[in-house]
Amino acid sequence: MKVDDTRAAQKLIERINRCSIRPIRLMEFCGGHTVAILRYGLRQLLQKNIIMSSGPGCPVCVTATRDIDKIIELSRKTGVITATFGDLMRVPGSFSSLQQSRAEGNDIRVVYSALEALDLARQFPDRQVVMVGIGFETTAPTIAVSVLQAQEEQLKNYRVLSLHKLTPPAITAILKAGETRIDGIICPGHVCAITGSQPFEFISSQYGLSGVVTGFELRDILLGISMLIEQIIEKKPEVKIAYRRAVQPGGNTKALELMNRVFSTASASWRGLGVIPESGLQIKSEFEYFDAEKVFNLSQIETHEPAGCSCGQILRGVKVPTECALFGTVCTPDHPTGPCMVSAEGACSAYYLYGGANG
Amino acid sequence: MDKKVLLSHGSGGKLTHDLIAGTIYPSLANPMLAQMDDAAVFEINGKVAFTTDSFVIHPLFFPGGDIGKLAICGTINDLAVVGAKPLYLSLALIIEEGLPMQDLERVMESIKNVSNETGVQVVTGDTKVVNHGSADKLFINTAGIGLVPSGVQISGTKACPGDKIILSGPIGEHGLAIMAQRAGLRLKIQIESDCAPLNSLTAEMLEYADSIHCMRDPTRGGLATTLNEMAKQSQVSFRIFEDRLPIKEAVVSACEMLGLDPLYVANEGKLIAIVNAEKADDILNKMRKNPYGTESVIIGEVEAENPGRVVLQTRLGALRIINMLSGELLPRIC
Repeated sequence: MKVDDTRAAQKLIERINRCSIRPIRLMEFCGGHTVAILRYGLRQLLQKNIIMSSGPGCPVCVTATRDIDKIIELSRKTGVITATFGDLMRVPGSFSSLQQSRAEGNDIRVVYSALEALDLARQFPDRQVVMVGIGFETTAPTIAVSVLQAQEEQLKNYRVLSLHKLTPPAITAILKAGETRIDGIICPGHVCAITGSQPFEFISSQYGLSGVVTGFELRDILLGISMLIEQIIEKKPEVKIAYRRAVQPGGNTKALELMNRVFSTASASWRGLGVIPESGLQIKSEFEYFDAEKVFNLSQIETHEPAGCSCGQILRGVKVPTECALFGTVCTPDHPTGPCMVSAEGACSAYYLYGGANG
Repeated sequence: MDKKVLLSHGSGGKLTHDLIAGTIYPSLANPMLAQMDDAAVFEINGKVAFTTDSFVIHPLFFPGGDIGKLAICGTINDLAVVGAKPLYLSLALIIEEGLPMQDLERVMESIKNVSNETGVQVVTGDTKVVNHGSADKLFINTAGIGLVPSGVQISGTKACPGDKIILSGPIGEHGLAIMAQRAGLRLKIQIESDCAPLNSLTAEMLEYADSIHCMRDPTRGGLATTLNEMAKQSQVSFRIFEDRLPIKEAVVSACEMLGLDPLYVANEGKLIAIVNAEKADDILNKMRKNPYGTESVIIGEVEAENPGRVVLQTRLGALRIINMLSGELLPRIC
């Protein structure tokens, strides 16, 4: 961070603290924002009456245990190479994790993009390469591209297990449930770079709350908070963009087109939020050849949730990580009980890493 | 057709002899090795430091180095940071059959270069060839011994409240160079590994031996993990100042892209020294004169409260606890 940035940040902090004349509760949807807020130590710098709570915006954390079990089962099938993003490796399923499955001798590869999984499919034509599609609107377009590319190359051994989720329905679910009082929402910057801010306008039009789309640098976050607080104090709720260099109201039409070509919406199961209609992406029947769900016979084994884990409530913003009885004692990054302690974007991991065992 | 290492190169017969005599010995040539005996024999008087390390890096070649350079520098550095003058190394190669002979030659060439630069000789070694699939191309183990000058007592247990913490240059370059290569990242500015031998730097620092309390190279687990180890060993706390941490712009942006924290990314040519505050500037000036320490900087200080804790003071004055790395360093999803 440059000196200018530090000065600008200090000015924004002063402005926010001056305006915050009553308790204000904000939710940052995105796990990336939670991490950044803790890393920058913003909780220490902002007035105590600004309460920041984290939301369900960590793709790994919201993946249902049943789906984790499904991926592990898939990784054990003969001839399968499972390609996955790294975050998922250590997430505990009912009885195992991908990391344990890899130690059993199953072929699981950490990839950085679906295009790497395509390379694996080209490299091992007699194996089945399954890309685990986990993520929000940010990852779905690249997975869509991989499917289109596989079709063009007639790669017969490439499959995708689509567990993608959409963000606006999750926000709706939280606001509808009304379990926690929220004055404003920090909307996910990377997601909005794809979707635009329009899909989030319901926050103000339907629920009368303020929303600001912002990025992940200190200045972005502070500007976002400052814009939110001004709206809240003035009682003029709107959904605004504080991240103009990446986000347009209409989003990235090319990426959206690709996503809509390959996927259609379907109901999806979220950890902590349950089944939410129209909140997932499934592969359209036109591309079902590449759909791992259709190709492999995946059983519905009974799931087992760890006792005492509060990930569900933390993802809904009802609890903060330090309010979980397991936090920092039974559940640590080395021995995680729930996914929020595993993922780099998980609220528990962020609290633990940047605040120590006492948050 | 390109020559490859075959299983029979490891059989112990004529081909093994040819491989060793043709590819391995010429790079290492020194009188002790030339004895061709089963063990190197030498005299040594004084306090001896002895260490070993195995190298299983993928890919074998990366911007700024290769497995050979890494294997020699790694062991030299482990000796150097306890204050020893590295003397002799062993070199054991475990080769997967099918390794292009050219790759082996490249690795041997860089071993030769580091050995020549540092004056540390490989005086004994071993070569094995294993079946395809039993190793990943090439594994190397090196062990080394060095002599610790009398009066030098450097250890992770000796940090005292009031000491200054010096870092010898920018962090995160080695780990990022490897990860960028693995991920096929096309970065605007290529990041090179900082892999380097640090024995000349530590030798010069030893002029102030009495004032150097701890030294360590922050390799796997990065700066954060090494600082935590030392804070726990010495039962003190460290305060690190964010605005003093040297991190190159390219590393910052690649870390952002991959969702990594540079504090946890590996280095292979940096050291941390915890020194008496009164001599800190002298030691710093000395370090900056060595080619491997030109960007040395005091990054923090040792405190007595909360033993075992490492705290980062951010530019805005907030405090953030820095923990050890847990699990593997994995890139995030979105």
